[in-house]
Amino acid sequence: MEPLEIAERLKERFPEEVLDVIEFRGQVSVVVRRERIKEICRYLHDEPGINMNYLSDLCGVDYLGRRGFRFEVVYNLYSLIHRHRIRIKALVPEDDPSIDSVTEIWKGANWHERETYDMFGIVFKGHPDLRRILLPEDWEGFPLRKDYPVTGPEGWEWKGFEEVKRLHEHDREWNIT
Amino acid sequence: MAMEKTRLGDNSRVTTRELTLNMGPQHPATHGVLRLVLELDGETIVKCTPYVGYLHRGVEKHTEQLNYLQIIPHTDRLDYISSMANNIGYCVAVERLFGIKVPERAQYIRTIVAEVTRILSHLLWLGTHALDIGAMTVFLYCFREREKLQQLLERLCGARLTVSYTRIGGVKKDVDQQWLEDLYAFTEEFPMRIEQYETLIDKNRIWLKRTKGIGVITAEEAINMGLSGPVIRGSGVPYDVRKFMPYCVYDKVKWEVPTGKNGDIYDRYRVRMEEFRQSNSIIRQCIEQIPDGPIMADAPKFVLPPKDAVLTNMEQLIHHFVLITKGPMTAPEGEIYVATEVPKGELGFYIVSDGTGRPYRLRIRPPSFVHISALPRLCEGGLVADVIANIGSIDIVMGECDR
Repeated sequence: MEPLEIAERLKERFPEEVLDVIEFRGQVSVVVRRERIKEICRYLHDEPGINMNYLSDLCGVDYLGRRGFRFEVVYNLYSLIHRHRIRIKALVPEDDPSIDSVTEIWKGANWHERETYDMFGIVFKGHPDLRRILLPEDWEGFPLRKDYPVTGPEGWEWKGFEEVKRLHEHDREWNIT
Repeated sequence: MAMEKTRLGDNSRVTTRELTLNMGPQHPATHGVLRLVLELDGETIVKCTPYVGYLHRGVEKHTEQLNYLQIIPHTDRLDYISSMANNIGYCVAVERLFGIKVPERAQYIRTIVAEVTRILSHLLWLGTHALDIGAMTVFLYCFREREKLQQLLERLCGARLTVSYTRIGGVKKDVDQQWLEDLYAFTEEFPMRIEQYETLIDKNRIWLKRTKGIGVITAEEAINMGLSGPVIRGSGVPYDVRKFMPYCVYDKVKWEVPTGKNGDIYDRYRVRMEEFRQSNSIIRQCIEQIPDGPIMADAPKFVLPPKDAVLTNMEQLIHHFVLITKGPMTAPEGEIYVATEVPKGELGFYIVSDGTGRPYRLRIRPPSFVHISALPRLCEGGLVADVIANIGSIDIVMGECDR
């Protein structure tokens, strides 16, 4: 199916949710509201003829200074059955950076969502194990945000080694002994 | 280092011990700085939690400060075993964004070097994987062939590991006839070498016992988890980006996608062994078909002009100066996701361009990162010794996982 056709069908099914359809170099992005993202993903995954069964990529983008919605969570979907691709972009506001997790639909989303949380501070509701993944657990700030300086926060000093309070279960056990 | 916890069972005289075992980040068999925390019941793994990020360099943040040309060396350092394939993946993505058409000869050269890299990466994988499981000889055999290919790469671009060979719009340097002939001579000998590796381990009882039926993942699960490359093909899914979304000249040569059936370590091994043969055949066909012509696209706004033109032509000199000092001044506004098949799996570049000469956001979708996320699924319920075999079979590089 042509990506524009998928976008049309998505628009028919969720007229309230789909805000915009953008085509560029043969690839189609559909901009959606974040509220029903799980239903949208479930629909794309299960609907016969669309069957987006492969989550190529999930990531965040920070549009600092954009009015209304600062963040976007981008889902690059692919169908191994029909060999077509579409991109879903969910808008996330700055004052409440959260969105529903899609780990129930694609297990592969688990680590991508953790990374997006780690880098942008976007909280994925319903994620089974949301904690930092690439950065240390005591890291402050979210580095891929546009207002995070490339050279690190100003006036930052290494405070010396401290025993880190670990949130995760086995590490808590670890520290007891 | 291990922590023990004593727990009283129903029968108060019998005690069972659950053991938490820390493996890595400095462990020779974790192929880099990967840390696993294993919860054991006897020798069975109850829970496996991978910890990554020890090699995080902030490549994605850094690339936002660089222009499109300056990012190429950064892609070398993702999966440093197959840097050529990363270069190609990045350049293909940027060319799709800019709308540049790459000349035919450059496409052929890219296909050749990409497949050479695939053989190099799989040779390293086979050697170290066999070494992990206990077959030492294979390692020495593999490195013999690896050295020959590394020397060919060195002759081509002056570097063995971090090659930075491709440019946006083509490749840095043309290949000469002697180089092609030497590579062709290698491909004539290589199938015999593959058979040698197979005689060493294919019927080896220890190898079979350690790999057959271990680390099984079904096709549905593999798709759902987003696995790619030889791992998903080992489970019987013929997903290969080179066939599904062809780039370079993969649609102009004849080759097949080898798949396994059971999705265990042995099938992943078989898939990679067959890929040796397919890559070998692709290289041969490309060398036979390669046309003459330019190696860089004609797009002066984005592509560096040839050096002799810079020295004789005023306009080219200006283009050269601007591109080197400032990079491409403008890029089309838009966003693009382009996937390529690197030896480890699907490497995706998602580029958001805001019209300036620098990417607004450059997201790298590394195959190793996704594969490590499937490691608990492969290890849980298995034995401690099989963790090593599982890590080897998904073929990870931490430089790419942690970025």
